[in-house]
Amino acid sequence: MIEISAYYFGAIALIMIGLYAVLVKKNLLKMLVGLSIMETGVNLLLISIGYINGKSAPILSEGIGPKQAVDPIPQALVLTAIVIGVATTAMALSAAIILYEKYGTLNIEEIRRLRG
Amino acid sequence: MVSILKRSLAIITILIIGYWLAVAMSHVPFGQDKMLVGQYYLNHVKDQTGAINAVTAIVVNYRGFDTLGEVTVLFIASTGVGALLWKRKRERTARVPGSVVLTTGTRFLFPFIVLFGAYIFIHGHLTPGGGFPGGATIATGFLLLYMAFTVYEIPHKGFEVTEGLVGMSYVAVGLIGLLIGSYFLYDWIWQTWHVGTVGKLFSGGFIPIIYILIGLKVGTELSGIIDNMLKEGVSGND
Amino acid sequence: MNCISCINYIIIGIMVLSAVFAVEWRDLLAAVVGMAAVSLFASLLFFFLQAPDVAMTEAAIGAALSGAVFIFAIKRTRRFETEEEEKPGWWVRW
Repeated sequence: MIEISAYYFGAIALIMIGLYAVLVKKNLLKMLVGLSIMETGVNLLLISIGYINGKSAPILSEGIGPKQAVDPIPQALVLTAIVIGVATTAMALSAAIILYEKYGTLNIEEIRRLRG
Repeated sequence: MVSILKRSLAIITILIIGYWLAVAMSHVPFGQDKMLVGQYYLNHVKDQTGAINAVTAIVVNYRGFDTLGEVTVLFIASTGVGALLWKRKRERTARVPGSVVLTTGTRFLFPFIVLFGAYIFIHGHLTPGGGFPGGATIATGFLLLYMAFTVYEIPHKGFEVTEGLVGMSYVAVGLIGLLIGSYFLYDWIWQTWHVGTVGKLFSGGFIPIIYILIGLKVGTELSGIIDNMLKEGVSGND
Repeated sequence: MNCISCINYIIIGIMVLSAVFAVEWRDLLAAVVGMAAVSLFASLLFFFLQAPDVAMTEAAIGAALSGAVFIFAIKRTRRFETEEEEKPGWWVRW
């Protein structure tokens, strides 16, 4: 039996749920919702890798020395990734809006059938 | 029938991927010290950059070139939204005006939201936050204005000019480091003069300057994305 | 066992539950609200994991801006996942 932490379990569960939506669902907006959930899961996984028991946030004010702070590098990565994520999601949504205006549907099987 | 087969195949695939992920993560111990380069940054962040917040120092100073790339990606995504949704004649199609509570609350709250966003990105080197959350907070204020008033539009001309100028001045601040004989995005304020004391507002070298620029850039671009998503093309006869 | 120390387990449970709801609800507007709830609980977990910068960013963007962008897209397309659910009465079920 594998033993993993609860944070790892939550992050992996979010990734799996998002992947399920991307693979199974036929609605384009629902697939994008799944993609967004997957992105949250990946961010949570990165942050929980950087956590260290009993240490505090990497802000070195009074009383917090360099030995009492958690790993700052995953936090710096995720900080920018979240902002980029919403911008790229907005771009994917505009592509979905264009598809809806052209084909009148968001079902990807219908869109595939209408090609030609 | 086919859909049930496809769905069960997808569930089996996802379970296999999840099992692999769980096995891989079970070898990464949770909550234990795994830092290598992070410990170096934490040890030297105060005398090398003058900032207290190590995350901010890494985002702007140690990995500033990376952040410049991220801002470029943001710019391209914002431009892409504008290009994909381009129509010759566009206007807002909202018909129902906001209620009295919403409009009055928006008039009252909007200056405070912008003030809070500006506080977040000016104090980025001392407190949690920085340019990215501050810019997002300012964009949330403009979103509130769009929700409350049916005819409101952001000042497009000013926003586009601000966006371009801010992006150019980020590169210009980096090029100054190159001009005085060091590398691109060299921290020329802190490394040469040591302006200010660590822990006060006037410290941190060029981190506050860059973060003010990033905050303005993120705020204007996310507001532009909101504006582009909200306006629909009208099929007029003219 | 007191439940103050196991609050993170409760929040992880609610987060995964709202992710399942966000994927399974056929009303896309409800699905977007579920997605925003996932972001909000994830931002609480970021705060527990000693990452206040990321928690602020996630709360401002994941819960507000991302949901707003999705709702604008739904306003310009259609609200339900399949066409036959546009009829009234369908929206009660999932």
